[in-house]
Amino acid sequence: MATLSLAGIEKSFGATRVLHGVDLDVAEGEMIVIVGASGCGKSTLLRIVAGLESPSAGRVRIDQRDVTALEPAERDIAMVFQNYALYPHMSVRENMAYGLKIRGFARAEIERRVAEAAALLELAPLLDRRPRQLSGGQRQRVAMGRAIVREPKLFLFDEPLSNLDAKLRVQMRAELRRLQRRLGVTSLFVTHDQVEAMTLGDRLLVMHQGHAAQLATPMDIFERPADTYVASFIGSPAMNFLAGRLTAGGAAVALAAGPVLRFADGPRPGAEGMPLTLGIRPEHLVPAAEGLALALDLVEPLGSESVLHGRLANGEALAVRLPGRPPAVDRLTLALPPATLQVFVAETGRRLDPSPA
Amino acid sequence: MERKTVFPQRLLPYLLLAPQLLITAVFFFWPAAQAVWFSFLRQDAFGIRTSFVGLENFTELLADPTYHEALRNTAVFATAVSLLSLGLGLLFAVLADRRIRGAGLYRTLLIWPYAVAPAVAAVLWIFLFHPQVGLIGRWLNGVGLGWDYKLNGGQAMLVVILAAAWKQVAYNMIFFLAGLQSIPPSVLEAAAIDGARPWQRFWTITFPLLSPTTFFLIVVNLVYACFDTFGVIDALTKGGPAKATETLIYRAYVDGRVNLDLGMSSAQSVVLMVVVILLTMVQFRYVERRVHY
Repeated sequence: MATLSLAGIEKSFGATRVLHGVDLDVAEGEMIVIVGASGCGKSTLLRIVAGLESPSAGRVRIDQRDVTALEPAERDIAMVFQNYALYPHMSVRENMAYGLKIRGFARAEIERRVAEAAALLELAPLLDRRPRQLSGGQRQRVAMGRAIVREPKLFLFDEPLSNLDAKLRVQMRAELRRLQRRLGVTSLFVTHDQVEAMTLGDRLLVMHQGHAAQLATPMDIFERPADTYVASFIGSPAMNFLAGRLTAGGAAVALAAGPVLRFADGPRPGAEGMPLTLGIRPEHLVPAAEGLALALDLVEPLGSESVLHGRLANGEALAVRLPGRPPAVDRLTLALPPATLQVFVAETGRRLDPSPA
Repeated sequence: MERKTVFPQRLLPYLLLAPQLLITAVFFFWPAAQAVWFSFLRQDAFGIRTSFVGLENFTELLADPTYHEALRNTAVFATAVSLLSLGLGLLFAVLADRRIRGAGLYRTLLIWPYAVAPAVAAVLWIFLFHPQVGLIGRWLNGVGLGWDYKLNGGQAMLVVILAAAWKQVAYNMIFFLAGLQSIPPSVLEAAAIDGARPWQRFWTITFPLLSPTTFFLIVVNLVYACFDTFGVIDALTKGGPAKATETLIYRAYVDGRVNLDLGMSSAQSVVLMVVVILLTMVQFRYVERRVHY
């Protein structure tokens, strides 16, 4: 168990800058999920923590010790790779024992730890098999086992579930979370999957184009996204965005689609007429007698709920999530409950909170 | 998984195979059969009378101490050439595999020796090791080592080994490089995180994963050293001094072409053919059973 601290991590490959100064402080035993679209720099960040890449600027500290210049071997970390990276010429047992053997552990200690990890991961019957004789889920568990036996300060996960099929992924996700809780090892988990991110992380770091867009608990990120990127990235179907302008001295927004809505949580600072982006999640829209008229053009029944896509009179797209069977209509009138509105500055995409009273 | 193509006509497949079969028949089966036949015959020195002697050529050959000498030379030569060219090939491949500037250029440069004709390669080595005009030869004599590979059998062997190995290094490097590049980088990264230093990573991960390539190359190199090095030996030492560099293949040539003893030469060819067949069989057997990761 250890703390991890990243300070101003930057990375450039040639002229391309992939990380623009990322800061992160991870508490002991915490699981941080780094999430973002491909190319956002999340894997590079993880590899910098592992020591497989060196940062162009910034420091990496594990337990207050500066490890920026150290080799991966000297950092006392373990990593689970996307393709598992098992040693193909070694049995499951040898795969797990390798790191201990290299570090010169006594044979009895190695055997004890391997047996322990094998029992924990239900790998005991597979110990003498080679990786190629294992299924994807089993390989994944061996990779986990190899990380566990080392009893490292830090676990690093590089999209370890993305090569599994959907059902196994859900199962392994839960297993992994339980395991991490139980072992209490500080962990960084990289994924592009928002469901994995929401369910696994104590806190999420949402990355966007080499910047840390937001660092917060999953529900905070869902309920109070820092900008329109985070708002659209977390949540499915994605949040709707409508154009509008600040009006009534900051107390309301005039939507480009027509209605004027008063903010439920107080007036926003800013000049009258400042362009805003209004966000509302599809599940927060409710059919009503009065409100926005939506012409439906696509209905997706999902069983317990339905997602309806359509356009407003001014051409803006809108998605609605309704419980149960989809209604057999081609027009809907929707109300926007003011308490569920997210307000962003149109120009910067940043969240606009009410001015302090 | 094997996919079979079924031809509608009977004739077409044979027609398509004909050129290759013809070449194999004319340039391999025919001469090979002749060699087998000649190995049972003995001719007088002028080629006037030929008589059938059964296995006498073979018994005489196997009892001949100079043949044993050639056998020993071949063993030393083939082992040394294979070890040297495999070792250097692996070393260069590991160096060329690193991500550095100009890697493409020096990979190309390293491959060149393979494209050089054996006789040209030999001349190159003469320019280096000739006791009077060679760069290294003169230097060796200058520091008082008494270098003359034309008189000293051990030195002669050393020179042909160097020249033969040099030519094969490029070939080995290409295969080792391909083998290295097929090892997923993440496996080596995992080993690095597990605590293995570069040297440990090489011996515990890279080298075992290269073993199919290594085994294939051992067989290829042995075959090369035993049978494909005639040109190098002929141009450098002609088997001398005093038969010190006379390998089996060179001896077969000397007995057949120089001494005109076709029966003995053919018997030697047949022995060599059997060795090649054995080596090839070992290779196929082993490669087939080989674990594929």
